Amino acid sequence: MTTKLFGEPVRRREDARLIVGKGRYLDDIGAHALAAAFVRSPHAHARITGIDVEGALDVEGLVAIYTYEDLTGPMAEPLPVLIPHPQLHAPRTGYPLANGEVNHVGEPVVMVVATDRYLAEDAAERIVVGYEELPVIVGVDAAREARDAVHAEIPDNVAARHHQETGDVEAALAGSARTLSFTQYIERSACMPLEGKGVHARWDPADSSLRVYSSTQASTSVRAAIAAKLELSLEDVEVIAPDVGGGFGVKIMHPWPEELLVPMAAIRLGHEVKWAEDRREHFIGSAHERQQRQEITVGFDDDGRITALDVHAWHDNGAYTPYGIIIPIVTATQLVGPYAIPVYRVVVESVYTNTVIVTPYRGAGRPQGCYAMERTMDRIADVLGLDRAEVRRRNLIRADQFPYDHHLTFQDGRPVIYDSGDYPGLLSKLTDLVGWDAMEARRAEAASRGKLLGAGMAMYVEGTGPGPYEGGHVQVLGSGKVLVATGLTSQGQGHETSFAQIVASELGVPIEDVEVTTGDTRRFPYAVGTFASRAAVMSGNAIALAARGVREKALRIAAEVLEADPADLEIEDGVVGVRGTPGATIPLRTVAVLSNPLRYAFDEAAKQATQFARAGSDDKPPVAVGDAPGLEHRDYYSPIRSTFASGAHAAVVEIDPATWEIDVVSYAVVHDCGNVVNPMIVEGQVHGGVAQGVAGALYERMAYDADGQLQNASFMDFLMPYASEIPDVVIDHQQTPSPLNPLGIKGAGEAGVIPGTAAIASAIEDATGRRIAAMPISPTELYDVMRSVDHERTAASGRRADVTA
Amino acid sequence: MKPAPFRYADPGSLDEALDVLAAEGDGAKVLAGGQSLIPLLSMRLAAPATLVDINRVPGLDGVEATGDGVRVGALVRHAALLHDDAAARVQPLLARATANVAHPAIRNRGTTVGSIAHADPSGEMTSVLALTDGSVTVATPAGRSTVGWRDLFVGPLETSVHGPAVVVDAFFPALAPRSGTAFAEVARRKGDYAVCGAGVVVTLDADRRVEAVRASYISVGLVPEVVDLTEAVHGRPVDAADWAAAGELARTLVDPDGDLHASADYRRLLVGVLTERTLGTAAAEALERTAA
Amino acid sequence: MTSVDTERSITVTVNGVPRKATLPVRRLLSDALRHDLGLTGTHVGCEHGVCGACTVLVDGTPVRSCLVFAVQVDGASVTTVEGLARDDHQGGQVLHPVQEAFRECHALQCGFCTPGFLVTIAAGLEARDRSAEITEEEVDEIVGGNLCRCTGYANIKKAVRHAAAAMRPAEADHTGHFGGGDGAW
Repeated sequence: MTTKLFGEPVRRREDARLIVGKGRYLDDIGAHALAAAFVRSPHAHARITGIDVEGALDVEGLVAIYTYEDLTGPMAEPLPVLIPHPQLHAPRTGYPLANGEVNHVGEPVVMVVATDRYLAEDAAERIVVGYEELPVIVGVDAAREARDAVHAEIPDNVAARHHQETGDVEAALAGSARTLSFTQYIERSACMPLEGKGVHARWDPADSSLRVYSSTQASTSVRAAIAAKLELSLEDVEVIAPDVGGGFGVKIMHPWPEELLVPMAAIRLGHEVKWAEDRREHFIGSAHERQQRQEITVGFDDDGRITALDVHAWHDNGAYTPYGIIIPIVTATQLVGPYAIPVYRVVVESVYTNTVIVTPYRGAGRPQGCYAMERTMDRIADVLGLDRAEVRRRNLIRADQFPYDHHLTFQDGRPVIYDSGDYPGLLSKLTDLVGWDAMEARRAEAASRGKLLGAGMAMYVEGTGPGPYEGGHVQVLGSGKVLVATGLTSQGQGHETSFAQIVASELGVPIEDVEVTTGDTRRFPYAVGTFASRAAVMSGNAIALAARGVREKALRIAAEVLEADPADLEIEDGVVGVRGTPGATIPLRTVAVLSNPLRYAFDEAAKQATQFARAGSDDKPPVAVGDAPGLEHRDYYSPIRSTFASGAHAAVVEIDPATWEIDVVSYAVVHDCGNVVNPMIVEGQVHGGVAQGVAGALYERMAYDADGQLQNASFMDFLMPYASEIPDVVIDHQQTPSPLNPLGIKGAGEAGVIPGTAAIASAIEDATGRRIAAMPISPTELYDVMRSVDHERTAASGRRADVTA
Repeated sequence: MKPAPFRYADPGSLDEALDVLAAEGDGAKVLAGGQSLIPLLSMRLAAPATLVDINRVPGLDGVEATGDGVRVGALVRHAALLHDDAAARVQPLLARATANVAHPAIRNRGTTVGSIAHADPSGEMTSVLALTDGSVTVATPAGRSTVGWRDLFVGPLETSVHGPAVVVDAFFPALAPRSGTAFAEVARRKGDYAVCGAGVVVTLDADRRVEAVRASYISVGLVPEVVDLTEAVHGRPVDAADWAAAGELARTLVDPDGDLHASADYRRLLVGVLTERTLGTAAAEALERTAA
Repeated sequence: MTSVDTERSITVTVNGVPRKATLPVRRLLSDALRHDLGLTGTHVGCEHGVCGACTVLVDGTPVRSCLVFAVQVDGASVTTVEGLARDDHQGGQVLHPVQEAFRECHALQCGFCTPGFLVTIAAGLEARDRSAEITEEEVDEIVGGNLCRCTGYANIKKAVRHAAAAMRPAEADHTGHFGGGDGAW
């Protein structure tokens, strides 16, 4: 492999259209489409007693109204449990439109189609749905108490009890010199991409084919779901993810009701139909994540080395479990982070509440696991009076212990075996980067300005690039253009650039000649999707393998023409040449022409490949047995298991002891995702992740009241940070290549967000001397903590002057 | 999130505007900057039958700063007031408060008078009108009248202006001699509605002793109020005044509510802190103006 | 007597081109640009004025196009992201310095919020004294009212500094790209 472009901060190719307003997002498609709008449940839990559409019928522009009664066949059945699991003993999913009962505010009840969205909303407003309200469960604690049930036939509200253990934890705890037990909480937030979801469907009655555009992270599986639910042949359905305005996980969930209903309406009406989710719908009709209650018991010795860890968590999965128990599994298995935990037991109970469904949001259970583990480290350090970095260092897996087997089973059903890493290296880089050892001087300096300063850190290991597979197709055209396709989708990660870098490097062609297509089932029908920091690992390697296949074929054909041994050939700048023999060359585009024996000369280049232009051997067919025309290759990458990226973050906060405002004044990141395709893009991912981490720690939460009403379903009250709230971030890198894949890469997409909550909680605790066991935390909550006489103080605070409100 | 249907008129004069408002009746609403109204329409939390857009009415876009005070026309955008040096000289609170109104793109369109007529207790300008003891001019088919701030604000998002009427300007009296002002707020995100905000005026006597201290808060009560804090520091030499005591007094005089972003107690805390902090700044300005 | 209408015909100069449209009076400017005039570069992220994705310039000033009705800009001039680049009179376009800077500094990922940032920053940089080096306070003020979920803002702020430097008269003269600070941008 040449390394010409691999590893370089190549400027993004997708930007050319995006900076001039020529992107093509979902709502930019279908100017003449009919518009869908939904009547959604205003109640968190209710029985539907009737639907009266009479008042809507005279709305000008109304085209159709659909209720559950209008659904037939598979559409009338519950939505799929997308990821079944043996421990998900009581899965429940909703219907595309509510069937007699609603279980969260925002659940779709009626779909209205009209000539434009304004009119569709007019009609929706006039539809009267009768409800008989039922008791409401909000929050993990209420779900656990189970005074009422979200689903009547599941009285304990428990959907799944996910359980893993690596030994006899009771015995190990009993034999530990010291133990600590504590409970902590983490709240709900959400992905909140700037572009909501959306679906556009066009039915061609002439050939009975359906084209669907969806703002999705999984176009191939959306396609399969639509075909299954609408009883169409897979061949008659194509699904395309156009430019997608951010995903962060919420668009990996599928099929959304709207992804099925909009195509259904397009078929029934014989007209293009489009639904572009608005912000309020996105708050109440998409997905959230993160709420957990965690009960942790840890055993350790007098040096702070962990001897046993026992975790019992309750995970709020919302009203339904369409995405299975992926988040509980990820929390359970990623919790252990970079540490050697001799005996570990974890139980995560996934419980129903009358709230929006919970599916992965960037990090997908890892921020919660990191919060559990890292706050445990902080507590051990506190009780022993040790430096928090030192306690971590003593528990780290050493660089010579890889591959390291945790004896756990990951979200892909494969063992959690860390492939490579250097965790002590991360930690020492981090303490240098943030100036950990000089923190007391900073604390004193801040105190002189009347501020409370505190620092915190958190480390993580992130399983990235899970299977089962992704594929890549690379084709060299006679024009010299190199077409690259992969099935997974893009939501801003710069795949068009990084995949082009890989192909340019593998094939030896100018990057300008490479065109990358993602997420279009017409171009590549086999794919899994973009989630779990897997695109670069999975499609990157698949595309590299496909490019290597093309290269091999090109060299074989060129070797015949140049009368050389393929082993002596090289490709540079799109030209095949004999190494060390100037002049003996053939352009790759010519090889492409020659690869496809032709009868017809439709253009100048094609002439060279026609049957009278080329001398061939009379006793061989023009296309050899086992060969195929064209200079192209399709290949797949299917990993034996995930690869494990890692990192360490530190946050320094300053708190105003008068207003209890919390300001993150320094934020340091050390990041290891193996070999890096494009460092500029990876840094961008880290920056964005950190911003979401800070947001989740200090600003964002889904505030439900006891009736299950989301109190802050707008950007006014859901406090997604502006630039003014996000600190400057300093980044250092470490590269421990993965031995598991040809490119040696690990995923980078989610890493930035994982340690934010843990590190910032630690920093606030350090600054205030008060135990921080519920995150996120706002100034008003910190004030409550500070003025409470009962609130637990840290042992460290006893060693310093105390502060109170 | 699309507005419900409405009828629309954009009269070219104030008389025409009043005529249309009268003709359209109770379902008519005045549209000026629209930065608070249009989100409510898009969320269908408000659905007036008719919008009477006054943006084409001439003569409403002036800022008039005289020795008596600053008169701000109904179409003056926040951004214009923010950058009006003459207005800032006469009543410095205007620019200081306006700088806290949302973000520049909102300030470019939203109007000062509109935010007063909207009567949001989280809005900066309602409290500034109160603190400066200001008034608005209300035009009705019967003529113009001046409505003082106490009579104007009836409840959250509710004023005493009803029927066919247009608030054509707001008048903010000038900062008195030997006085200084300051404005500060705590918001969750920069540009958000404040969790709590405070505007204060400190007036000194000729001997540089504290003569009067008044404050008004935002996001604290249902309607803007002015709190007199004089007793905590009255007669004290300005450099020896205990502003913290004034802050303490303020805490006892307000009755905030809690919401998603702040408990009532936290708001009360902020009232004290912001009062103390702003009074120090305002006193420095008062001293400067007294010396001069 | 003033007419009271449910529909209006308007003329708006969009990116220098007079455009006519007949619209329901409740049509938001954002929707009119996107759906009636086909200029889909302006994006809609929240429809309540908080995110800034829909920001356009009305008579040169940034406003949220979701907080203005299309009928209100009758007779006005509107600039969208599609109008930021300058025609090079050779069939191509010369990008605005802020567009160049966004690409150079990796200031966008998904690109959805980008148009709102671009027009806001372009207007902000054009309104300031270009000969002065931009301060961090200015940068914060210019980008402070728009939401981005992808970038964490670091590279957006970097791009603002980059563009401001490119628009300084000396720099512009030096590169020859930006009209020598003649106000073309």
